[in-house]
Amino acid sequence: MRAAKAYLRSPAAVIGTVILLAVLVMGVGADWFYPGDPLGLAGRPLQWPGQNPRFLLGTDSSGRDIAAQIVHGARISLLIGFVATSIAVVIGIAIGSVAGFYGGATDTALMRVTEAFQTLPNFILLLVLVAVFGSTIETVTIAIGIVSWPPVARLTRAEFLSLRTRDFVQACRVQGLSDAHLILREVLPNALPPVIVYASVVMAVAILLESALAFLELSDPNVPSWGNLIGLGRNVLRTEWYVSAIPGVAILLTILGVSLVGQGLNDALNPRLARAR
Amino acid sequence: MKVLTLALRRLAASLPTLLLIIAGMFLLLQLAPGDTVDALMAQMGGGDPALAAELRRFYGLDVGVAAQLGRYLMRLVTLDLGFSAIYGKPVATVILERLPPTILLMASALSFAFFFGLVLGVIAARRVNRWPDTLISTLGLVFYATPSFWFGLMAIVVFSVYLQWFPPGGFSDITQTLTGVAAVLDIARHLVLPTLTLGLIFLAIYLRIMRASMLEVLSLDFVRTARAKGLSETRVVARHVLRNAMLPMVTLIGLQAGTMLGGSVVVESVFALPGLGRLAYESVVQRDLNTLLGIVFVSAILVIVINFLVDILYARLDPRIAAGS
Amino acid sequence: MTARLTVSNLTIRLPRGADRENAIEDVSLTLNAGEILCVVGESGSGKSVTASAAMGLLAPGLSITAGALDLCGEDLRKVTSDQWRAIRGRRIAMVFQEPMTALNPLMTVGAQLEEMWRVHLGLDAAEARQRALAALNEVKLPDPEGALRAYPHELSGGQRQRVMIAMALALEPEVLICDEPTTALDVTTQAQVLALIKDLQVRHGTAVMFITHDFGVVAEIADRVAVMRLGRVVEEGSAQAVLTTPQHDYTKALLRAVPALSAPVPRALSDERVLEVRGLTKTYASRGIFRRRRPVRALDDVSVSVRRGATLAVVGESGSGKSTLARVVVGLLGADGGQVKIGGAPLPAQRRAAARLVQMVFQDPYASLNPRRRVGAQVAQGPIAAGTPAKQAMTEARELFCMVGLDGDAVDRYPHEFSGGQRQRIGIARALAMKPQVLVADEPVSALDVSVQAQVLALLRELQQRLDLSILFITHDLRVAAQLCDEVAVMRNGVVEESGPIGAVFASPRSDYTRSLIAAIPGKALFGT
Repeated sequence: MRAAKAYLRSPAAVIGTVILLAVLVMGVGADWFYPGDPLGLAGRPLQWPGQNPRFLLGTDSSGRDIAAQIVHGARISLLIGFVATSIAVVIGIAIGSVAGFYGGATDTALMRVTEAFQTLPNFILLLVLVAVFGSTIETVTIAIGIVSWPPVARLTRAEFLSLRTRDFVQACRVQGLSDAHLILREVLPNALPPVIVYASVVMAVAILLESALAFLELSDPNVPSWGNLIGLGRNVLRTEWYVSAIPGVAILLTILGVSLVGQGLNDALNPRLARAR
Repeated sequence: MKVLTLALRRLAASLPTLLLIIAGMFLLLQLAPGDTVDALMAQMGGGDPALAAELRRFYGLDVGVAAQLGRYLMRLVTLDLGFSAIYGKPVATVILERLPPTILLMASALSFAFFFGLVLGVIAARRVNRWPDTLISTLGLVFYATPSFWFGLMAIVVFSVYLQWFPPGGFSDITQTLTGVAAVLDIARHLVLPTLTLGLIFLAIYLRIMRASMLEVLSLDFVRTARAKGLSETRVVARHVLRNAMLPMVTLIGLQAGTMLGGSVVVESVFALPGLGRLAYESVVQRDLNTLLGIVFVSAILVIVINFLVDILYARLDPRIAAGS
Repeated sequence: MTARLTVSNLTIRLPRGADRENAIEDVSLTLNAGEILCVVGESGSGKSVTASAAMGLLAPGLSITAGALDLCGEDLRKVTSDQWRAIRGRRIAMVFQEPMTALNPLMTVGAQLEEMWRVHLGLDAAEARQRALAALNEVKLPDPEGALRAYPHELSGGQRQRVMIAMALALEPEVLICDEPTTALDVTTQAQVLALIKDLQVRHGTAVMFITHDFGVVAEIADRVAVMRLGRVVEEGSAQAVLTTPQHDYTKALLRAVPALSAPVPRALSDERVLEVRGLTKTYASRGIFRRRRPVRALDDVSVSVRRGATLAVVGESGSGKSTLARVVVGLLGADGGQVKIGGAPLPAQRRAAARLVQMVFQDPYASLNPRRRVGAQVAQGPIAAGTPAKQAMTEARELFCMVGLDGDAVDRYPHEFSGGQRQRIGIARALAMKPQVLVADEPVSALDVSVQAQVLALLRELQQRLDLSILFITHDLRVAAQLCDEVAVMRNGVVEESGPIGAVFASPRSDYTRSLIAAIPGKALFGT
């Protein structure tokens, strides 16, 4: 309750929430705003925004409605962002909590694996995964989740390492409680706030990764992704730069919304740090 | 000396990590549909199975996976990364040709992001919650939210197409042969936009970290001591706060070396730079798995080397590291 | 006598939303040349705020609303921030509480010390170095040459505090403010640092304002005393007068709460040894990321025992191994050798079985409760895990809350709703819920104010009588041990130096170390037998 109030008091959080809600409404209501296939031919290609009242944001080089692609793209970006983040957070928390709680050889082994993932540039790993498993929307989403978990694991592990020696956890050991109780009831709830905040970073990165893949034409070409549109617009960049510019603004605003919500959550969940911000 | 030993020990500790990466990636690539020979045959427009078998023997693909991995690792020790069917050259040669632009790009983007991140972070922290801070923090948020490839495209539109200040792509002017200072300046001109594009998000990250870390350090006891000594605020910040506040930033360089290398894949594609990142992209598109594996190996080594340098730098900044406490 | 620092009717407002309006209210103090004025109070009394105001270093959010500050006739409230810089360090200097964090970890001690002369007097490097060396010599730091080149982490806490004192006295300030400078130090180190401050103060004629919570320290060094409570000065006078004939009730209560260093009347003890520790050995050889640390012998052939219904105090300074012993006894740490027997049987390795036999009360009341769970659940969860039905366990938790002096309905609240002393009571209730044979208390009162300390000790005494508790009591403070304990074991560097009935050990200590510990207790001239 106190956290919710603190959250709403932060202007950053409110702006972020409004932006994210707008994107969410676009994504959920895409079929209502622009029924039909957003990738279908809609009119004469390369009409500038405002040139034709039927196409609010103009048309791309294949004569598809940019506004329709933006609205439908919101759904794809949010979906990929949300699912990939969930995958990354679940894997990260599982590995980080076990490594941090048990320490010793378990920790060393798990951290070697995490290090391996962090040593390998995540975008190159993503390229390899896409090269191997193909680039349907499902594989791309899972692949993004798989390359994004290491920082979550490190963060969770660091929290666990500092929390597991706290007196209240020791007290529970002395009370004879099981490891499962210690991990799930005592340590995890205290370790979670920074991880939740960090999830916003993971989500921002996930959306950026997908749009970069799509820009390189390595993502699913059959979905209306913002990155795809930027990539297409590249061919007409010198003259009709708006084809690339518009979806870029959409990505920028979405990431901005996600980051602001993350910052608001941080201020609300970690009040000690909030004062320094 | 002690510092070097410590860093070397860390370096040795990353060998198993490297092995893990190579083995993992090698096995992963076995799952890829089609091998190098398939890609080659497709390029040649098909061919008979006997030729395919012959080629497979040539590329060492005729034995079991474990044996292939064993052979690959043995060859890696001699830095032999195999042969690229697509480029018709040893993979090591292909990669070596492509390495300089990437290293140059990363070094310049890192310097740009680090320097401006530091300066802006310090200014924001000194004016916390006043307008310079609000402005810098907002800029940081916007930079963080900007997709690098999009920023690159827009920079091309503004600075190359309209203002014509900088070339829209490439590593050097190929229409004329320049030497000496002129060649260096030419490359520098080509690298301005890619540097800004790649560095932007890191600038945002560094300035945020620097600001937070400055605020954190400013609240520590020894800063109160420094103030109680009667030092001026400038001296307190310059002599006591700055170096302490830089430590998290230095750590971050090491942690994000991989991210930066990954980012160069996209940036090099936008600006048609003949670097390692673009090579990675090309080898995925052309299914040149040998080259891809080589790139994975080299980029992992690059990240490890950067972390080695960061370790040395960190230990030089923080005497507590050498003491092991 | 000339007044060096005069604080008159000073009022400092707290930021809105604090638990009271003013940090200090109408505070008047006079600090004369050549005297030590001790400002005594418990946490929240405003003593540290008064000190920061005199340094012109009030925390953000605090503001002076009324009153005057005067340094040798100069109005400090009119001083600009540039002028403040010339005053701070040169005319008023300060020594802080935490020697471990008060120095910049990335700068050598020499560089930080030399800064004083370089900044204030503009001396060159060589000359500043000469002065720094002389200053370190004066505070009797061993190997001053080496210390100049050392980084703070290479010095011990006591050595760092000497460096801080050298730094504060570098420019012969008219006023020295010491904010609990010995609180974080071991008792023998504290005695040395107090002697040093007193000695330097006499030699330089400095006026010293000494902030402390410890009446022992006051008795040791004060010329005059001001007692503060909730932002107000309640009593002021000469040390002799305040300590022997206190006027204000609060001062009287505080003085009563100071544990006397006299052993309690010996009582008949049971012959049954419920806890037996035999030949315990524990070596820490944990490896850092970068290199192997030197192995540390935390416990070296330690043998102690607790009689049924009695209390054994294990006394030692930091690094003596006393906390390691506590953790091995409750099974949180494994030993390398030796045995822990409870009720004649070895301590079971299984956590759940051990929980029935031995329980622990922790030092820090703020860290020992999970901030996100109701306190009742935290007390009841142990019995529930051991098989007690949940409802019955909750009922018992309520009863325990009443027994430790809390409201039974408090079980539904969260830890942040309780004070430090109350939390420690909850910690005791949690330990008792398991009905253990042995209770291990690891410095249970050292984080508490002296008046709260007395209450918690009284509670433990009362519970011991009611429940026939056997207690292993870990403490660094001989005075606290004397309050409660029947027997004592003195530890140093992992070895038991001496053990026996507390009265005998106090009256005729056999080991030199015990003697030095007793000698170092501040204020024993006043509070001793």
